[in-house]
Amino acid sequence: MSFIKELSKGIIKDNPTFVLVLGMCPTLAVTTSVVNALGMGLAATFVLICSNIIISLIKNITPSKIRIPVYIVVIAAFVSIVDMVMSAYLPALHKSLGLFIPLIVVNCIILGRAEAFASKNNVFLSIADAIGMGLGFTLSLSVVATIREILGAGTWLGMRVVASNYDPMLIAILAPGAFITLGFLMALMNMLKEKK
Amino acid sequence: MGYFGELFVMAMTAIFIQNFVLSRFLGLCPYLGVSKKLDSALGMGMAVIFVMTLASAITFLINKYLLLQFGLMYLQTIAFILTIAALVQFVEMVIQKNAPALYKSLGVFLPLITTNCAVLGVAIINTTAFRSDGITPYNFLDSTLNGFFSGVGFTFVLLAMAGIRQRLEKVDLPKSMRGMPIALVLAGIMALAFYGFMGFKI
Repeated sequence: MSFIKELSKGIIKDNPTFVLVLGMCPTLAVTTSVVNALGMGLAATFVLICSNIIISLIKNITPSKIRIPVYIVVIAAFVSIVDMVMSAYLPALHKSLGLFIPLIVVNCIILGRAEAFASKNNVFLSIADAIGMGLGFTLSLSVVATIREILGAGTWLGMRVVASNYDPMLIAILAPGAFITLGFLMALMNMLKEKK
Repeated sequence: MGYFGELFVMAMTAIFIQNFVLSRFLGLCPYLGVSKKLDSALGMGMAVIFVMTLASAITFLINKYLLLQFGLMYLQTIAFILTIAALVQFVEMVIQKNAPALYKSLGVFLPLITTNCAVLGVAIINTTAFRSDGITPYNFLDSTLNGFFSGVGFTFVLLAMAGIRQRLEKVDLPKSMRGMPIALVLAGIMALAFYGFMGFKI
């Protein structure tokens, strides 16, 4: 069924982070811990689903010349909602994600899906696409965050997972660790793809 | 400390200590995407400096005289991104009309800048930033210059990266490391080098 097909493609085949290489800034910035990665991934998924629905609904009445500003306004409205809800109910997460919540607006994944998918397909398929891409994004953030949190802090989701005499590799949760982890993960993906 | 001292601190912070790309993780898409050739990196860098300076100036005015004045702070994200999108479009049209030579070298990069998170990032950072004394909020000139210096910091690492990647073309890398993976690892090593600036007390 096409709903399932659109939903599953975002998770592995067209994974937004590892395959399409979109949305790099949040991928590197918020993956210091798994909690942050999940929070960011789910916030982006929510915005993606809502904006895909609206953009797919208004695709016939949007003049093509001003479509990008229209999409940006729709996305920015949902990002503001997420921003306010999160600061009210999850203040700690809101604080640790900080600047990167308003910056979901310029996350290329969301604008990219609006332009490449929602503006050409019906609402039903657009929702499937948004859920798939959102989950793919959340999954890749969590993978990067898992590696960085275990190496850098010796914990996973805040729970201690390595022996207590393990000396955490601080570099993994600092900026350089983010780049290097993602680089090697991408190389691994390339290697697996070549083997196929 | 005089105003020039203040400016020096601001410049050093934006360019080296808290570099936009390597320590704040902003503007990574162009950093990884447009760093394959030195001349296109230079074009992108110049376009970013230009837009970031203008955007910082205009968003400061909008924030102070429109959003704060009328209690519309919750519209900040929407207002800023619209301003930036309109500004980029406007700059593109002006350059195309009045400076065709400049348009030829910068033109292709301008539309990409709307979705460059460094521009929106600096606009938001400016609204909450303080001078080095920790109590005086940025005024109009501070914000504009901070935008300029941040753009310079972005361009600086973009050019460094492009220079390295151009030489990397001749290196015999394992197939799976070519392209994006090695660029990310390189960025990691650069970020590590920039950590050396962190200890500076100015």
